[in-house]
Amino acid sequence: MTALDTQAPAATPARTEPLTRRSWKAPIAFGVLGLAALVLFGLLGKSGEDTTFVISTDNDWVQIGPVSVPSKATAILLGVLMLLLAAYAAWRAWNRQPLGRWVGALFGVLWVLSFLAWAVAGKSMSLVGLLQGSLILAVPLAFGAMGGLLNERAGVVNIAIEGQLLTGAFGAAVVASVTHSVYAGLIAAPVAGLVIGSLLALFTVKYRVNQIIVGVVLNVFAVGLTSFLFSSVLKPNAATLNSPPRMPVIDIPVLSGIPIIGPVLFRQTLLVYLLYVAVVVITIALFRTRWGLRVRAVGEHPLAADTVGIDVQATRWRNVLLGSMVAGLGGAFFTIGSVGAFSQEMTAGKGYIALAAMILGRWTPVGALAAALLFGFSDKLQQVLGVLQTPVPNQFMLMLPYLVTIVAVAGLVGRVRGPAAAGEPYVKE
Amino acid sequence: MSDEIVGEKASPTSGMPEPEKAKAAEDRGERALREIVSGDIGVSVLAFVLALLIGGLLIAFTNPDVTAAAHYFFAKPMDTLTAAWNAVWDAYAAMFRGAVYNGQADTFQKAIRPLTETMTVATPLIIAALGVAVGFRAGLFNIGAQGQIILGATVGGYIGFTYSLPAGVHLLLALLGGVLGGAIWAGIAGVLKARTGAHEVIVTIMLNYVALYLLAYLLTTDKFTRAGSNQPTSPGVKETAQLPLLLGDWSRLHAGFIVAILASIFVWWLMTRSVLGFRFRAVGSNPHASRTAGIGIPTTIVLVMLVSGALAGLAGGVHILGTEHQLTGGIAGSLGFDAITVALLGRSRPLGIFFAGLLYGGLNVGGRVMEAATGTPIDIVLVIQALVVLFIAAPPLVRAIFRLPTPRTAVAKGAAA
Repeated sequence: MTALDTQAPAATPARTEPLTRRSWKAPIAFGVLGLAALVLFGLLGKSGEDTTFVISTDNDWVQIGPVSVPSKATAILLGVLMLLLAAYAAWRAWNRQPLGRWVGALFGVLWVLSFLAWAVAGKSMSLVGLLQGSLILAVPLAFGAMGGLLNERAGVVNIAIEGQLLTGAFGAAVVASVTHSVYAGLIAAPVAGLVIGSLLALFTVKYRVNQIIVGVVLNVFAVGLTSFLFSSVLKPNAATLNSPPRMPVIDIPVLSGIPIIGPVLFRQTLLVYLLYVAVVVITIALFRTRWGLRVRAVGEHPLAADTVGIDVQATRWRNVLLGSMVAGLGGAFFTIGSVGAFSQEMTAGKGYIALAAMILGRWTPVGALAAALLFGFSDKLQQVLGVLQTPVPNQFMLMLPYLVTIVAVAGLVGRVRGPAAAGEPYVKE
Repeated sequence: MSDEIVGEKASPTSGMPEPEKAKAAEDRGERALREIVSGDIGVSVLAFVLALLIGGLLIAFTNPDVTAAAHYFFAKPMDTLTAAWNAVWDAYAAMFRGAVYNGQADTFQKAIRPLTETMTVATPLIIAALGVAVGFRAGLFNIGAQGQIILGATVGGYIGFTYSLPAGVHLLLALLGGVLGGAIWAGIAGVLKARTGAHEVIVTIMLNYVALYLLAYLLTTDKFTRAGSNQPTSPGVKETAQLPLLLGDWSRLHAGFIVAILASIFVWWLMTRSVLGFRFRAVGSNPHASRTAGIGIPTTIVLVMLVSGALAGLAGGVHILGTEHQLTGGIAGSLGFDAITVALLGRSRPLGIFFAGLLYGGLNVGGRVMEAATGTPIDIVLVIQALVVLFIAAPPLVRAIFRLPTPRTAVAKGAAA
């Protein structure tokens, strides 16, 4: 330590903060992205066209008319603002000060707005519809991600989220069809997820088979099983077994009338409200209770947990089962939460995006929700822009969540570190 | 590495009665190793039988004749059982007819055609699974074979249908293009893992989807579509770049099968006879010791992913140049994920993978015939395939189900060696 002290430059004697290397990642990234937006969306954009955002729905208390802005000028203005943010980031970096998270978030919002100003030029887009749709599409991702993190916090990697979503969707559709009740379907979904969850627990916790392998194979199993049952049982009896009612949209009185926020947050189905509850409950349970502390101990250092008397295997069993129920509940979205009838492989890789959301959200429910919203937004945006015939090929929009995840795990937006013991079976000595 | 993947963690003690557990715990490591080396064929066969049994139950329960007979089960129970037996027997017999030998055909060529079809379908599976296995043995989970196959098929196909070159050169270049495409795609994950520690499972899964949408985009561009067509289908691969048929026009079997055999021999040589393979296996079994011994871990990781991806890319190239002859959005089907299960079933050994690939190819081909002949959905094949791998990964479960004793001989041999 003394060697280090003597080598420290004398230029910053008064500073009490620890001396760190100047990190230029953020300013450079902001600068490049901001400049790209300024040039592509602003300076090279078509002039003389307006972008219209619709921000009100008919049932709001206060009616706000659609907002029309000149596309090019708006994009240029936003581009300049982004470059100012980049300059601010550079100034902070020069002074070796950390950058608040709000800067990144603000930059992201500005970038998306400038992109929209350019992409929707000459057309009109409902901002409320965009946000509402984003939240809806984020529902299975958020449930899946929370199902995943409940597993991983206890040290079991859950690649099988995809399979749990799929069986959840299947169970919800069948039970809701038979009972003519969405609520019965809503109860069936976690039970169906449990099928995959109990297999995952049996093979990873009891038989200590490699967790990644079991996850991958269980996804194949879930696809095979649901597709087989779909073709052999549901298809011939579609009227009785595969025509479930859909979940009604429930307006929360008063709250749903607030402009913008109301229709987005409080004019949704029960599944969305359950999501709010789940995020709060799981956050408190994991980080504020004795149970959560024990789970996290098992996930970080099972040997230490075992030493103080926590039953590692039982904790893992419980969490894998619980996680699969949460993910299975998210599966209900695909059938009774949206289109109704079940169809083969209808989750289409959403389970893997949920896995990504879990990582991007750093294994916390709130983070997972935020990441799921981000992915939901990019998904919805791709749908909307596809309808509007904008210049960006929608395949690139579809790629976005995956690219963002790669960038995230590669550590370009800060290190992500999962529970230390995730993936490792525990052998009691 | 495969011992860690299939065997070691699937510890053989769990299914034993309690008192034996403690005794066996000591030599768990050695025994797991022994179990892989001795290649527990018995458990593999039983696992397959068990998977077929469960598949049979599913077929029986969903068969309309069986459900009809079950309505009067208590009056005539034999009717239900007969119907169930018939349903399962018909389905599996059709599967065999479709995959191996069609006894109902009038000529020998027609009778043996299913077997050649199985070999054709198995070809890319075997090659891609070899790639996955190289990763497994070096301790890397390359879940991205799917994306690497897509890239291999895209690049190989592009060279195949765009350029005009002399026969042999064109084919070689197209295959090489496929190899490069796959290697680069996997290399991205390798470099990210080596430089930033990004987990290869996540990165390769994400790259699968990026590849899927990249191909979907390319198929909307002029260079990848037939002139004057809006269909997302590429022009046909020119004859100079096609893998020649091996048996004549009556079978689709092409020279890719020979490529698969050569690739198996190459991987055997690479992993057991070459310095590079030794390095791979050393890093796979103990990275810390390898680092101490002077093996550069980051470089090895990148190399492993390059080799793994190159093989998967070759599989994609062989698939398009030999079987498909044109690029479509779903060119890779579920090859990449099947390759993972084939690699597991073959316990990451070239010979095992070769036969596991044939088995999977046969199940896929036979499944199609079964669906056409008996109406049993082909998806049952996925269930059977998944179950086989699960059971093989957990030998104690299979032994417990069949009430087999835990092999003691393996322990004795392990102690002696």
